[in-house]
Amino acid sequence: MSKILMKGNEAVAKAAINAGCRLYFAYPITPQSELIEYMAKMMPTVNGTFLQAESEVSAINMVYGAAGCGKRVMTSSSSPGVSLKMEGISYLAGAQLPCVIINVQRGGPGLGDIQPAQGDYFQATKGGGHGDYRLIVLAPASVQEFADMASDAFDLADKYRNPVMILADGMLGQMMEPVEFKTPKTDEEIEELGRQHEDWCICPNQDGDLKHHHEINSLEIDPLVLEQHVIKLYKKYDQIEANEIRYETHNINDDNEIVVASFGTASRVVRSAVDELNAEGHSIGMVRPITVWPFPYEEIAKSIGPKVKKVYVFELNTGQMLEDVKLAVSGKVPVEFWGKVGGIVFTPAEIKEKLQACF
Amino acid sequence: MEVIAKRPESLTAVPFTYCPGCMHGVAHRLIAEAIDEQGLINKMTGVAPVGCAVFAYKFFNFDMAQAAHGRAPAVATGMKRARPDMHVFTYQGDGDLAAIGTAEIVHAANRGEHISVFFVNNAIYGMTGGQMAPTTLPDMKTTTSPYGRKVDDIGYPIRICELLDTLVAPYYIERVSLLSPADIVKAKRAVQKAIQYNKEERGFTFVEFVSTCPTNWGLDPAKSQVWAKENMLPFFKPGLFRDKGAEVKS
Repeated sequence: MSKILMKGNEAVAKAAINAGCRLYFAYPITPQSELIEYMAKMMPTVNGTFLQAESEVSAINMVYGAAGCGKRVMTSSSSPGVSLKMEGISYLAGAQLPCVIINVQRGGPGLGDIQPAQGDYFQATKGGGHGDYRLIVLAPASVQEFADMASDAFDLADKYRNPVMILADGMLGQMMEPVEFKTPKTDEEIEELGRQHEDWCICPNQDGDLKHHHEINSLEIDPLVLEQHVIKLYKKYDQIEANEIRYETHNINDDNEIVVASFGTASRVVRSAVDELNAEGHSIGMVRPITVWPFPYEEIAKSIGPKVKKVYVFELNTGQMLEDVKLAVSGKVPVEFWGKVGGIVFTPAEIKEKLQACF
Repeated sequence: MEVIAKRPESLTAVPFTYCPGCMHGVAHRLIAEAIDEQGLINKMTGVAPVGCAVFAYKFFNFDMAQAAHGRAPAVATGMKRARPDMHVFTYQGDGDLAAIGTAEIVHAANRGEHISVFFVNNAIYGMTGGQMAPTTLPDMKTTTSPYGRKVDDIGYPIRICELLDTLVAPYYIERVSLLSPADIVKAKRAVQKAIQYNKEERGFTFVEFVSTCPTNWGLDPAKSQVWAKENMLPFFKPGLFRDKGAEVKS
């Protein structure tokens, strides 16, 4: 298939429809408006449901209802809107419902601004909603990767009966890049995807021995029962950590003097600086977590070669993934951080300057 | 032996968790009977609220969902849109529907979602132990209005049927009470109509039950019925607000 030049917001929406998403509930917010507008335009053409909800809270609860019926369903928003969805996300995780949530992050806290930022890393990876739960969180670094993650996210959600978040940002949402799309799923394939959940989801019933009483529920009033439920969730999260860690390394070798870690939009800028410095004769390795939960702790630890003096973390926040990188490095070498906030994206020259100061 | 009365098929054998004298059991039974009568049991699903009826998902004998506080109409919207071949209802109390879930009920009604909403109004938060509800009457004492509901401070009770009746889309809106056997017979007819319209995909249907809370009112069940008749019905007047089905016929 040929490539199409598209904005990230539209590309991920198109890819979600291709992946069999036929239900989408959302509320308008900048900088993800092209996503909801694309869905409004395209869902009717595939006999899908587009519904502009009265609030982010309602949108995520509509997702809960549709996911409870075992169908591929998605919502999207940007930082303040995702905060509003957090109650619903906790319920989705508790009731083990598969769905996809896209966060096109903007600057915060509060109303913040509408420029790209990575300040929701903690919210996405450490909870955000109440209670013990985990989201699978994918962090794209290009429009192509953003689009590819739509189908990955649905597959992971279905496989583990767990909400999956794509943690993008305003840069990836607004930027145009050439994208190649996967073959759209046929109506028959989408039906089949729904049927995989029929042993637990809300679906029509029948009389006799096959009669079922499925409950979409996160309430267990008996502490001993809730304990077992949470333990079961954590066994599932262990499986996800064992099977689904994704990351990318660049120029990791035994000569590395510095290893840098960065994710999403920030990693693109950092990589430009790293490549320039390596061309000038330095040896800098780079690790880019693609799943930020589960986080590639061991993979980062293994990337630190014998000559590495320092691990440098660059983010568009005040140091959030930094904490996970510190856990991974575990005191072996010093970990330094530099970031930009307020919706301002750093330049390769700025990163280069920070790294040059290490030599 | 001849069976003259039995549990509706649409109710499970799980014992209700309601207090003695509570009318939730009666409301559940009316809904279950109407579903049985319409032959909908295999295509029915419902949403339980947060509140005393939080365990309703265990009591109805088909697939059920339990929603976050106030969000049942949004959850039901997602279910109905995902499974248009099924029929969906929500069952909600006054705190759930008329306070924390006000946006959800107004907008589900305004969209004319093809769902039925059963709203139990007993003017108090039952499950959390008798706090003031959006429908608590003026000067009524609760644990969070210990000096009585002061309308100058916290406003008047909200009349939800009247509020929803300002919208264009809803198909059927009726307020009934569960305060006497005769009232329950009338209530049954309203529930039957809502479920019938639901089956026929007519649109949004809404039935409010004026009910009691003997435990948190501090009255025995019989006195609760009398108190509700004397105090609640003048403010929450039973009646048919909207029946587009009847309008079509005449």
